[in-house]
Amino acid sequence: MSTLLEQLATGSVLLSDGATGTYLQEHGLEPGGCPELMNDTHPEVVGQMAANYFAAGSNMVETNSFGGSRYMLAKYDLGDRVEELNCKGAELARQAAPAGCYVLGSIGPTGEFLEPNGTATEEAMYEVFCEQARGLAAGGVDAICIETMSDLGETTLALKASKDTTGLPVITTLCFDKGPRGYFTMMGITPEVAAEKLGEAGADIVGSNCGLPMSAMIEIITAMRSATTRPILTHVNAGIPNIVSGEIVYPDQPEVMAAQLPSLVEAGANIVGGCCGTSPDHVRAFAKAVQ
Amino acid sequence: MAELSDIQNDTIREQVEEYVEREDERQEMIDLYVGTSLPMQEIAAGVIEGFHEQVDQLTLDALEGGTEATEVMDNGLIAGMGLVGIKFRDNFVFVPEVLASARAMKAGMKHIEPILSESGIDPVGRVIMGTVKGDLHDIGKNLCIMMLRGAGFEVIDLGVDVSPDDFIDAFEEHESGVIGMSALLTTTMPNMGRTIEAFIDADLRDDVRFMVGGAPVTPEFADDMGADLYGETAIECVEAAKQLVTANG
Repeated sequence: MSTLLEQLATGSVLLSDGATGTYLQEHGLEPGGCPELMNDTHPEVVGQMAANYFAAGSNMVETNSFGGSRYMLAKYDLGDRVEELNCKGAELARQAAPAGCYVLGSIGPTGEFLEPNGTATEEAMYEVFCEQARGLAAGGVDAICIETMSDLGETTLALKASKDTTGLPVITTLCFDKGPRGYFTMMGITPEVAAEKLGEAGADIVGSNCGLPMSAMIEIITAMRSATTRPILTHVNAGIPNIVSGEIVYPDQPEVMAAQLPSLVEAGANIVGGCCGTSPDHVRAFAKAVQ
Repeated sequence: MAELSDIQNDTIREQVEEYVEREDERQEMIDLYVGTSLPMQEIAAGVIEGFHEQVDQLTLDALEGGTEATEVMDNGLIAGMGLVGIKFRDNFVFVPEVLASARAMKAGMKHIEPILSESGIDPVGRVIMGTVKGDLHDIGKNLCIMMLRGAGFEVIDLGVDVSPDDFIDAFEEHESGVIGMSALLTTTMPNMGRTIEAFIDADLRDDVRFMVGGAPVTPEFADDMGADLYGETAIECVEAAKQLVTANG
């Protein structure tokens, strides 16, 4: 059986999954609740989510561990359960994965700034990422996916920690916003710089997730592709949310996003999936579009 | 009309020339700086470049030399932060540079604040800020607070996960007519509207103005929830606060 990187090297376009947060909210996660705690308290929900995405056509799913760093879990007084909750999240996705499919261990931002912008030291942040990566690897992930990042320093530390701790392939994806001078992360990183620097730092796969709708993501991926030969992964939001009769609604329907998927692949994406507001229905539509 | 070349300090002159592109804003900046003394321009330059040690020392020197605390604040610290705001809005600088400037500003303000409070000089206005219930994200809110303080506001920071009752308690304790609410998550954003409803239920809505912001928040959301103003960036947050303070009269 080939690995994720080997399969990408053959030129295949692979499908990732859709949103985790929105799915869990529809299945019992209270506003303000800790998503990662559900790996322990609601394993059936988290496991079913992975199974649903695989059934919809995902070649890989992400673990429910985006906020699984010690910094984030400590906000829920769960800072002493990092390895356990990450390991459980990885096991749930692994158990749901059919042969030949992959599990990506999700690592999101710590919510802290490195010195001198903030109070976190490089050593402390590196250790925090090592701890989370260890938990994910213990649960059996195939790769680590560091995502929704905005700072190159934090991303590079997460990358190094994941590599040092697990030896697994590492994906890094950043979140860009559009300003008067183009696309930047809030820390001022452009798609080109992100792709180049993170590739140099050893990321096996680079990319972008969250933030903007499909049309903008196509431009971001085009820019990244101009700066790197690495495979590119992107998780795209279902548009920018609206309020419809008091409810938050992500407007982009599966068919709408799927119709733009060929352009995203043409722009240079090798792995495509959904971020906030996307569902197994989106993945099903993506699967048809990719075929 | 004052010209760019009339600005004495090299850093300020170069910064205005390179980064302030809108004609009206450029003239405003030129007029502002031409009307200030060289030591004040040096303080402003220190804020713009994020040199907190320099701002610390220059502020101390100016105050010891007899310059009024309000002049140092307005013509040095706040003037410098104004230019940082324009550079941030127009993508010339990003969060790290703004944080460095905010640190420099704070280094100056720590000498100014005791003098102001002793002499009973009122701040520009008083604002209560918090991230709404269920939401633990505070990067954007903290950035807004730094910019508000940079613009001379007194800010009461309620932190994250602030319930409607906590906002009401703070409002009653601090008698601030302006409340700023932040949310990063689409799931917690409705708690902004719930907070406003709580003020309506407590019969306090007419005494307070709400400004809202955060990544998922849009002008439409702000309208829908009954907020008074929306700010997309920390700069717009300051503008909103100024408007709301004036409106409250």
